[in-house]
Amino acid sequence: MSMLEVRNLSKSFGSNKVLKDISFEVEKGQVVAVIGPSGSGKSTMLRCINQLEKADGGTVNVCGMSMFTAGENGGAVYAPAKTLREIRLKVGLVFQNFNLFPHFNVLRNITEAPVRVLKMNRKDAEEKGMELLKKMGLSDKAKSYPFELSGGQQQRVSIARALALSPEILFFDEPTSALDPELTGEILKVIKELAEEKMTMVIVTHEMAFARDVANHVIFMDGGVIIEEGTPDEVFGNTSNERTKQFLQRFLE
Amino acid sequence: MSGKEILDVTLILLEYLVPTLKLFFFTLLFSIPLGMVVALLKMCKFKPVSWLTNIYILIMRGTPLMLQIIAIYYAIPYLKISENLPVFLKNILDGIDIQGDAFMFRAVLTAFVLNYAAYFAEIFRGGIESIPKGQYEASEALGFTKIQTFFHIILPQVIKRIVPASSNEVVILVKDTSLANIVAYAEITLKAKQQMQIYSSLTPLFIAGAFYFVISMVMTVVFTFIEKKLNYYR
Repeated sequence: MSMLEVRNLSKSFGSNKVLKDISFEVEKGQVVAVIGPSGSGKSTMLRCINQLEKADGGTVNVCGMSMFTAGENGGAVYAPAKTLREIRLKVGLVFQNFNLFPHFNVLRNITEAPVRVLKMNRKDAEEKGMELLKKMGLSDKAKSYPFELSGGQQQRVSIARALALSPEILFFDEPTSALDPELTGEILKVIKELAEEKMTMVIVTHEMAFARDVANHVIFMDGGVIIEEGTPDEVFGNTSNERTKQFLQRFLE
Repeated sequence: MSGKEILDVTLILLEYLVPTLKLFFFTLLFSIPLGMVVALLKMCKFKPVSWLTNIYILIMRGTPLMLQIIAIYYAIPYLKISENLPVFLKNILDGIDIQGDAFMFRAVLTAFVLNYAAYFAEIFRGGIESIPKGQYEASEALGFTKIQTFFHIILPQVIKRIVPASSNEVVILVKDTSLANIVAYAEITLKAKQQMQIYSSLTPLFIAGAFYFVISMVMTVVFTFIEKKLNYYR
């Protein structure tokens, strides 16, 4: 069953067409890496699927639920608010700059959504939160505040926060771009572990080596279109596409 | 002035500290929530509401509080004697008793509340707008409703950010209460002026000044404490 189905997704900011008829699918357990130069529309695509931007056209289905469909005169017709909310809870999003809540301690950052949104009782939420923190190697940081943590630790907390709602798909928007190279590794390790647990993930990233090692499907975007997609071997190994070659040149050397 | 006279004057002024503090506390009590509402109205996406709110803020901040106190205090008596008013308005005005201290307090308080709400509104708006967009996006992605986001994620962070500016406003208000003496609201400055004339001495003014100073200090200490309390995160 495909967990995510994107058909002809398009989005403009003013007269600037950022996404032009993007189509792809994500299967259960798949790890998809989205690569491409800055400004190619990768993040905008992620934001449209996570309802942070309104799409202009196309169709998106998440876990068999329709988020929006193409309208008769081209626009995107969104599902009723109740459905959109249901879809929202099926997907998780990890941001480039973490966006942790600075006034809550680490554990509260993780438990706040389960308690307020899922109406879980606080004790259960905290138990689950501690479990997630253990998984992230941060058990000793439960009572710390975000400003006391390193960037890598903050990003791990934000991954735990997203996982606390038990999403079906987890999206990452350049999860290591705000981190220095030393801290990047710890995030990639966590994502790798999630991949081993068959978590369905879509990762926008500039870490080419990581994309090749962890993803089982790679999408290369440029200028608002998908130039090429395939297995890491196909894209990194022996692409015949000139634009892909050009983009990967520095990495492949 | 002799020691006994100074003590007498101090006791009299102490008595008139009550109306001063009453004006101070009631102004805060009403202007802070009203300021919050005004801030939200100014940020309203429906432009006419935002513009009207902005005009209100501009007038309140652009004209002297003393003028506003006089205008509001005399507005109702003047309207009462004007002849070409709609009947329903006349009926309402007839119901207002303009004699006595209660009316004076209400008129003065109205001026203070309207004025300070405008200042607080700008502080609140600045605080709300300084919260990074990422906080809203993270809340949205986690499924919080708009109301939950405002009260649990945004507002607590706004409060921390506006404490220093609010502290400033509160300390100014302590001293601004003295402006009420312009319509003969019997507060500490009015009394100090009277005592000054009785004794032909500046000492009553110094005593009044000391009272304001002490209240300002107390407020500063209170706000420093609040600031420290909120310093557990950055």
